[in-house]
Amino acid sequence: MSDPSPPVATGMRRWIVGYLFVAPAVLLMGAGLIYPVVQGLLLSMQDWGVGTPMSTAEFIGADNYLRMLRDENVQESMWVTFKFGFFTITIEMTLGVALALLLEKPIRGASIFRTIFIMPLMISPVVVGLVWRYLFDARAGWINHYMELAGFEPLIWLGEPHLAFFAIVFTDIWQWTPFVFIIVIAGLQALPSEVLEASRIDGANTWQQIFLVKLPMIKSILIIALLLRLIDVFKGLEVMLILTEGGPGLATELLSLHVYKTAFDAQQLGYAAAISVLLLLIVFALSLAILLVSNPMKTRADV
Amino acid sequence: MRFEPAKPRMIFHYAGLILLSIICLTPIYIMISTSFKNEVLIFDGNPVWFFFFPTLQNYVDIIGDAHFDRYLLNSVIVGVSTTLITLTTGGMAAYALARMQFPGRQSIANGALLVRMIPPAVLAIPAFAVSIVLGIANQLSGLVFFYTALNLPFSIWLLYGFVKQVPVELEEAAIVDGATPWQVFTRVLFPVMKAGYAVTGIFVFRIAWNEFILALLLTDRTTRTLPVATSLFLTDSGPEWGRIMAMGTLIVIPPLIFTFFSARQIIAGMTAGAVKG
Repeated sequence: MSDPSPPVATGMRRWIVGYLFVAPAVLLMGAGLIYPVVQGLLLSMQDWGVGTPMSTAEFIGADNYLRMLRDENVQESMWVTFKFGFFTITIEMTLGVALALLLEKPIRGASIFRTIFIMPLMISPVVVGLVWRYLFDARAGWINHYMELAGFEPLIWLGEPHLAFFAIVFTDIWQWTPFVFIIVIAGLQALPSEVLEASRIDGANTWQQIFLVKLPMIKSILIIALLLRLIDVFKGLEVMLILTEGGPGLATELLSLHVYKTAFDAQQLGYAAAISVLLLLIVFALSLAILLVSNPMKTRADV
Repeated sequence: MRFEPAKPRMIFHYAGLILLSIICLTPIYIMISTSFKNEVLIFDGNPVWFFFFPTLQNYVDIIGDAHFDRYLLNSVIVGVSTTLITLTTGGMAAYALARMQFPGRQSIANGALLVRMIPPAVLAIPAFAVSIVLGIANQLSGLVFFYTALNLPFSIWLLYGFVKQVPVELEEAAIVDGATPWQVFTRVLFPVMKAGYAVTGIFVFRIAWNEFILALLLTDRTTRTLPVATSLFLTDSGPEWGRIMAMGTLIVIPPLIFTFFSARQIIAGMTAGAVKG
């Protein structure tokens, strides 16, 4: 099938018009995203400290990468990221899908609930970090107060590794489960009712309908929601930077927060750039996976 | 027992949704209510939910701070400039990608989708160096430049979908009447795509308004934005919760207003890739 777009002009002139229209955006993305990332790649092979001119940085080849492979802190941070991703995504996907299945039926007032459910996503990550830091605070925090009321010892939530890790997982679940819920419910409500009707007539019970009809039919939506959450596990650092600052120790230092702290606290820009290349590769691989599942800019006519 | 068959199910339904709503709203409510409490009440350790004597002292304190108006103005300038530049350049690119034929069109579309995912932590290190090279370190224009670059891929993607929804006959008619491509873009497409620009603009403004990491690294005492100014209340000899919550409340006002007025469109934007694909 040919593209239904109208011919804007003919031949070369037509091309030039196209290039003129994409040029500002392409130049901005080139200068603001691709050029810095290339600089980062170069930087990852140099030894550059904060406060010295970049031209004085020393070229050290693959040393930063070799150091990264042996660095126990990088391994620890990878492990924290893996654990964090495992717990948050498992719980968010399970809860989000279960709630969507329970509450999928269209009802009056649905728009009010939808508005409320996206609020945790709309507010600033800095604010999310601050509010939960207050709630988990050992002295003024509300959570300790209700722990005591329930007869438990108050805990130093953000000062003990396991508890701090629990705090970041809990906060992430609060913020992102509604996102999974909304995506899945949109998918469920878009399912053709004839198919569900047909399976009911064929004698499928509720569980069979869920696991043999509904979930398989929204498979690509579930995969995309999963990949989007996974990418965010590697991208996000703002909430953690405010809530726990990565501590205590490395207990809540996700990989991107580790990159940030290596660069700006430890002031090893070249080495941090090397770790950030690893981060970039992981996120790129996940993004490619999303494009394979669904490419929004590929219309059927192009395939 | 004789129930109307639908009723218990509906009650269960609403109970579930209300419980979820309370979970979503409670931390936000606690922030707002705490912003109206005095120090004594906050550090008392006895959470008060509803009945306390409200005070505006926290707001008086932060607004009385010599630089609050400057930080607010910085945030507004950065948010609005980023939104306008992104919508203009992104809209042009989306129009060309959706409607024009030229070599490299598909590569540009694919490239835009790939750079969409660059993590801020990856950008932060070289952005520091690049902004010195470009002479935009510690200036608002530097922040606007990086925010625009970061927002463009996603915006082009959203706007591309909106261009595709416009019937092509509208443009064809204008072209037959002798309209130039620029006239088609500004006079034919823009009026029918206003809703699309509004949604995309909300996404872009919110991200620029909320962003913290690049703002922390690329600004100084005079060019700081509100999220950075808020984070500084944490370090000065223990957190000043009352002021922090007041700042937090002021920061969440614009995003929450947008949410109230266009939740449906925001959700459509968020789920576009997932559900349509």
